[in-house]
Formats: sequence, C-alpha cells, structure tokens
Amino acid sequence: MRRALAACALAVAVSLGAPAAFAVQPDEIMVDPAKEARARELSRELRCMVCQNQSIDDSEAPLARDLRILVRERIAAGDSDRQVIDFLVARYGEFVLLKPRFNPHTLLLWLVPPLVLVGGGVALWRLGRRRPAAPAAATTGAHLTPEEESRLAALMSEEAPEERRT
Amino acid sequence: MIAEAGHYALVLALGLALIQSVVPMLGARWGDVALMNVARSTALAQLLFVGASFIALVTLHVTSDFSVANVFENSHSMKPLIYKITGVWGNHEGSMLLWVSILALFGGLVAAFGNNLPLTLRAHVLAVQAWIASAFYLFILLTSNPFLRIANPPVEGRDLNPVLQDIGLAVHPPMLYLGYVGFSISFSFAVAALIEGRIDAAWARWVRPWTLLAWIFLTLGIAMGSYWAYYELGWGGWWFWDPVENASLMPWLAGTALLHSAVVMEKRNALKVWTILLSILTFSLSLLGTFLVRSGVLTSVHAFATDPARGVFILLILCLFIGGSLSLYAARAASLKQGGLFAPISREGALVLNNLFLTTACATVFIGTLYPLALEVLTGDKISVGAPFFNLTFGPLFVPLMIAVPFGPLLAWKRGDLLGAAQRLTAAGIAALIAIAVLWAWTHGGSTFAPLAIGLAVFVVAGALTDLAERIGLFRLPFGTSVQRARGLPRAAWGTAFAHAGVGIALIGIVCETTWNSEYIGTMKPGDSAKVAGYELKLDDLGQRQGPNFREMVARFTVGLDGKTLSVMTPSKRNFTTRGASTTEAALLTRGVSQLYISLGDIAADGGIAVRIYHKPMVLLIWFGPVLMAFGGFLSLSDRRLRVGAPKPAKAARALQAAE
Repeated sequence: MRRALAACALAVAVSLGAPAAFAVQPDEIMVDPAKEARARELSRELRCMVCQNQSIDDSEAPLARDLRILVRERIAAGDSDRQVIDFLVARYGEFVLLKPRFNPHTLLLWLVPPLVLVGGGVALWRLGRRRPAAPAAATTGAHLTPEEESRLAALMSEEAPEERRT
Repeated sequence: MIAEAGHYALVLALGLALIQSVVPMLGARWGDVALMNVARSTALAQLLFVGASFIALVTLHVTSDFSVANVFENSHSMKPLIYKITGVWGNHEGSMLLWVSILALFGGLVAAFGNNLPLTLRAHVLAVQAWIASAFYLFILLTSNPFLRIANPPVEGRDLNPVLQDIGLAVHPPMLYLGYVGFSISFSFAVAALIEGRIDAAWARWVRPWTLLAWIFLTLGIAMGSYWAYYELGWGGWWFWDPVENASLMPWLAGTALLHSAVVMEKRNALKVWTILLSILTFSLSLLGTFLVRSGVLTSVHAFATDPARGVFILLILCLFIGGSLSLYAARAASLKQGGLFAPISREGALVLNNLFLTTACATVFIGTLYPLALEVLTGDKISVGAPFFNLTFGPLFVPLMIAVPFGPLLAWKRGDLLGAAQRLTAAGIAALIAIAVLWAWTHGGSTFAPLAIGLAVFVVAGALTDLAERIGLFRLPFGTSVQRARGLPRAAWGTAFAHAGVGIALIGIVCETTWNSEYIGTMKPGDSAKVAGYELKLDDLGQRQGPNFREMVARFTVGLDGKTLSVMTPSKRNFTTRGASTTEAALLTRGVSQLYISLGDIAADGGIAVRIYHKPMVLLIWFGPVLMAFGGFLSLSDRRLRVGAPKPAKAARALQAAE
C-alpha cells in the first residue's frame, strides 16, 4: 500500500500537471556529455518542490523540468557544481536540497546515526565487561585449556549435523 | 442491504473485540478457565464477522453498487473483474478494512493453533490483540466507514486510480499488511509476558514462528512493491527513499533484528529484555507507518492540520499503544531475569552485533523520515531528506554488517573461535578477492567502489555456502556421508544459508544496476534506431489500441543483437477516459537476470515520440535476493522444531542441550 500511495500521489501530480511525460526530456539534454553527466548528478541531489520527495531527475512535474533547464543553464554559463547549488539554495531555500547541509538546524539529523552506533557499542561493551566477570567463574568453576576448548569446538561442530537424531 | 450487513458485521466484531479485551484478562487474574477460554471463541467469531464484512465490501465492488460512496469513488462498471476486487483495498477505507481483517486472521490463527500455549498466556495474548483490534474497528467505524451510502446514486463510478490498475495491487498490499500486522502477534506476546512478569525460552519458541511468518511476508511485500514501482512508474527506479517506503523499511529492519535476537533467546535464554523491547518496537514502527501513510501528514503538515480527524485518531492509537507498552516495559522489564551468559566472541555476540547495526540502520531511517516533519512543526523551517542523505548514512552501516554476516553462523554458542571461523572463511575471502580483481581489471578506470561492493557481496554468498559445506563436511568426509548429512541438516540451517546468500545476491544486483546502468533518451520516429549496451532497438511503428476502460498508444520496437533479431517490445501509454489520467506501461525484455526497459514520453510536434531506453544489468537480482531471503524464511519455518511447536519447559531444557 505504501508504494501504491506514493503512486497515488504521483498520479495526482500527473493528472494535475497535464501533459504527462517522464523525467529528463530529449530536448533538455546538453550537447557536451561531460556537462550533461554533471547536470544529471546535480539533478539527483535536488528536490522537485511540488512532489513528494522526488528528485528533479525523477520527476515529471513541469516545475522539475524548469529546474532541470535552470541547472543546465547555470552549467552552460560556466558555474561550478557548488555555485549551481548555491544559486538554487539562494533562490528556493534549503528545501531544494535532498541532502540537507550540516548546520545547527540539522545537527541532530546528522548526528543520530553515529551516536546510536557508538552509544550502542559502548553500552554493549560495558555490559559485556560487567556481566561475565562475576558469575562466569562461579558457575563453571574449572576453565578449559585452549587445547580442550578447540577439541570441544571440533566435537561440537562434528555433532551439529546430528542434532536432529537426538 | 449488503452494505448494511457489512457495516453491522463490523459493529459486531467491535463488540466481540471489546469482550475479548476484558473478559480473558479477568479470567487470568481470577484463575477462571472458562473466562480465559472466552478469548478463543471471540477471536474466532471476530474473524468470522470481519471476514463477512470484508466479503460484503468485495461483493459491493464486484457488483458495481455505486450507491455506496466507496465503490462510486474507486470503481467503474467497465473495469476488469480483477481490478474490481483489488480496488477494494486500493483506497483508504478499504485498505483499513483489509488491515483489520488480517489482524483478525492472525488473532484467529493464534486461537485455533495456540492449544499448546499456557492458558493464561493465550488469554493475555488474545486480549492484547483485541485491544489493538478494538482501536482500529473504532477508527474505521468513526472516521473511515467504507459502507456509507450516497443519497442519489450515480449511474457510473469514478474509476480506480489508473496507476493502481495493475496486478501489483493484487499482491503488494495484502503481502505488506500480512507482514505489518503479523508483527502484532509478537507485540501481543511481549505485552502478555510483561503483564505476567514471566518469560522463558519456550516463549521465544512460540514467538519465533509468528515473527518469521510476518517477516517473510513483509520481505516479499516490500520486494514486490519495489518491482511494481520499477515497471509501473516508468523511470526504472526501484527504491526512492520515499517516506512511504521508509515506513515499511523500518519495521522490516526492526523485525530482522527481532528475528535474530529471538534465536538467541530461544537457544540460550539470553537477551530476554532486549527481545521484548524489539517486539514492542517492531510493531510500534508498523503502527507509525500506518499513521504516516494514513494521516496525510506526509503530503504536508498543513494537510494534516486541515483535516485532522483521521490523523489525530491514529495518532491517539499510536500514543496509547506505544506509550502504554513502553511504560509497561519500563515498569516490568527489570523483573525479567537475565540468563545465558556468553563471551563477546560467540554466536550470541555476533547476533548482538547484527542487532546493533540493524537498530542503528532503523534509527537512521527513522530520523531521516521524521526529522523534516518535526523541524517544520517546531520551527517552521522546511528541509528535505532524500536519497543522497540515506545513501550516505544508511549505506556505510551495511558494510560492517555484511562483513560480519558470514562469521555469525560459524561461531559456536557461548564462546566462539574467531580465528577458526576466519580460517574456515578463507575460501570465501579468496573468492571475494578474485571477484574484486577480475571486476577491477575488467572495468579498469571505472568505479572503484563497485568492485569492492561486489567483492563484499560475493563474500557473503560464499560465506553462506561455506557454512553449509562445513556442516555437512563437504570435501572433508566421503561424498556419500556428506549427502547423508545434508539430508539430516535441520531446515533452519538451510534457511539461514539461503537468507544470508539472498542478502549478498540483492547487493550484487543493487551495485550492478546503479553503477553500470546505461540509458538512451531521445526522440524517435518510426524507422529510427537506437543503440543501448550493444542492443539495437528499431522503432517499427506507432499504433492505437482500445482497452476495456482505456485507450492506449503502442510503440513496436524490434530488438536486435549483433545483427540478429531477438524480440519485439511494445511499450505503451494508456489514457483513462474517466479520470482523464494516463499511465506509462514500460516494456521489459529479460535477458538472463538483466533487463532492457523502454518507456514512452510525449509525441513531439514533428511526429516523433520521446523514448527512454535503459539497459539494466543484473537488475533482477535486486528482487531475487529478497525472494531467496523469504524462501530461507519458509525453510526455517518448516523446521521440525518449529512445526512441532514449543515443548513444555522441562523438555525445552533438554532440546536446548541437544541443539548444538
């Protein structure tokens, strides 16, 4: 249903935006393949503002077409990638970027993934250090020597396939 | 008459659910067997009534009864029968009815097959199921009733959204809902365990098959949805990091983590508290997904504010269940005893690592999906979070996870031998290195990232095979003995290997498609040819065709390779008269696991037609991977241990010793 709903949203956009077409139109393509490749790369980072989370490279909306043409005009005028992005942000705001810039507003957004990973890792490490320390020695009593352990491991892996028979 | 009957059946189901919410709880508290057994009858009766209600709606759609608003808005008398049926859940009200039908189905299954559950546990589980069911019946009856009549019935309906008139709608939503709603069972089990304050390895053994079943359907549902988007939306994309997709990915990630931690709990009686938390979180994320999609909050925060009835209702359900279950967790979790100690380097340790990465990945998707909403509500600033963000944050998390995947099954429980596992993975490592070297030489000067990623994928697949080879003693023992061992190997072991290999295979597809995809965009007239990835595509002619409820323009392409004609491809553009909308029907030609893809654009003034042609190498692997994962899940589900069901605690202890 989720995808279907995205499809719904798209269909609405299509039916409102009249002439249905697909993303990049033949007449938009730049003559220089290197510049066109840059335009495509940039288009994937830019949002079609009237669509639901689509890049202008994917979108069929007329606005996306205008933006694609704008990006190509800037590239043709000799702008660097950075300048094209800055130009669009100055004009349409940060909303146009599909990858938000790292600034106080988006601090949490960018930091949550690494913090969860590191925090989780540290928590696990501390739990791992705290827990076996006390009871492990008490329950087993005698420790196995490395040789015994590897023999046991070998035995266990030999046993494994037979587990159904038991 | 049918509409009223359906409506009434739904009201009765609500009544039954309310009884089921309270009576079994009291029975468990007073130790009254008769009261506890009420849950079983009500759960089955609920299934009957919701089923009747659902069939009523299907009948209304099939008979094109346009006096019912839902049918009028989403159906058309000329629509093919299959879409009349699938159109039932191709809209908000109908899809919510499907949601509760599946919820009732799972409740009914627990009631019917849960005879070996302790009586109090079953009573509690079914009561919790009934709380969820009651909330959603109320939601449907109060805000989204599909059985409302129109005073002056129109003669013809408005037709279903053309994009949805596809076989994908028959498969994708039911699969996805079976997954989403299936996780309600592990949620109910978790809450029941918290209420009882008791949990043991047998609990995990009951929960695992249900979680596995839900996970299998969710995996297939997501994969199916992705393939549907790929061929239907017409620009060849298969994953967009759209919030709607993220809403289904989050429960999948959490569910995958749950599946693995439940294994630890079943085998080693460890990670209890964490498994319970994951059960709660997984279903909470399913509810969150329902909220995100159903409330309209995604389209715009303002859309949510202008018509808040549905959104606020689901938000209430969300707060009630997530808040309630987490509070209960906070209060009770400490009383659950920890068991089963293990060293960091062990099978358990590997599964904990898996959980760490999967939950981090899930948190990443969560923050990326909800942050823009939260920021807009709090500060009014609008930002976008899309594919480039997720590729940068989500992607790297999978690298260490994928490296770790082959090690997990090779490590022993309690305390493993990392060096030994690494030695046994030497062959897999060499295979990966060869793959990297060959690809690097072959695509010299191209992407450096792609060969490395494919090497990683090869390592995962070869690692899964190594695990199997080790277990059956392939090349170590005589071949006959190996075959015998392979037969005796538990299906769960096969399942693990298939599922893990599936991850690697999907990765190969993803990397190949994104790196070596070639495309042609141009305007073509009949007689023109285009060359894409060595294939010669000639546009023969353009024609018109009349469908049941649409007209379409069809282009005929002859596909040739090295001067020989291979096949004919006929992409089309359909125009649906009732809605005035059009869809692009891409044409696909499968060559091995690669595909040629053509979609049509507009006709230009000079009579040419805009055409987009792609060659997508290895693209089918993207979906074969998940299918293989789901197949592994089915194998695991058919394992004798799970089929037989959970043994009594005393027997469970013996089984635990026997297993490895």
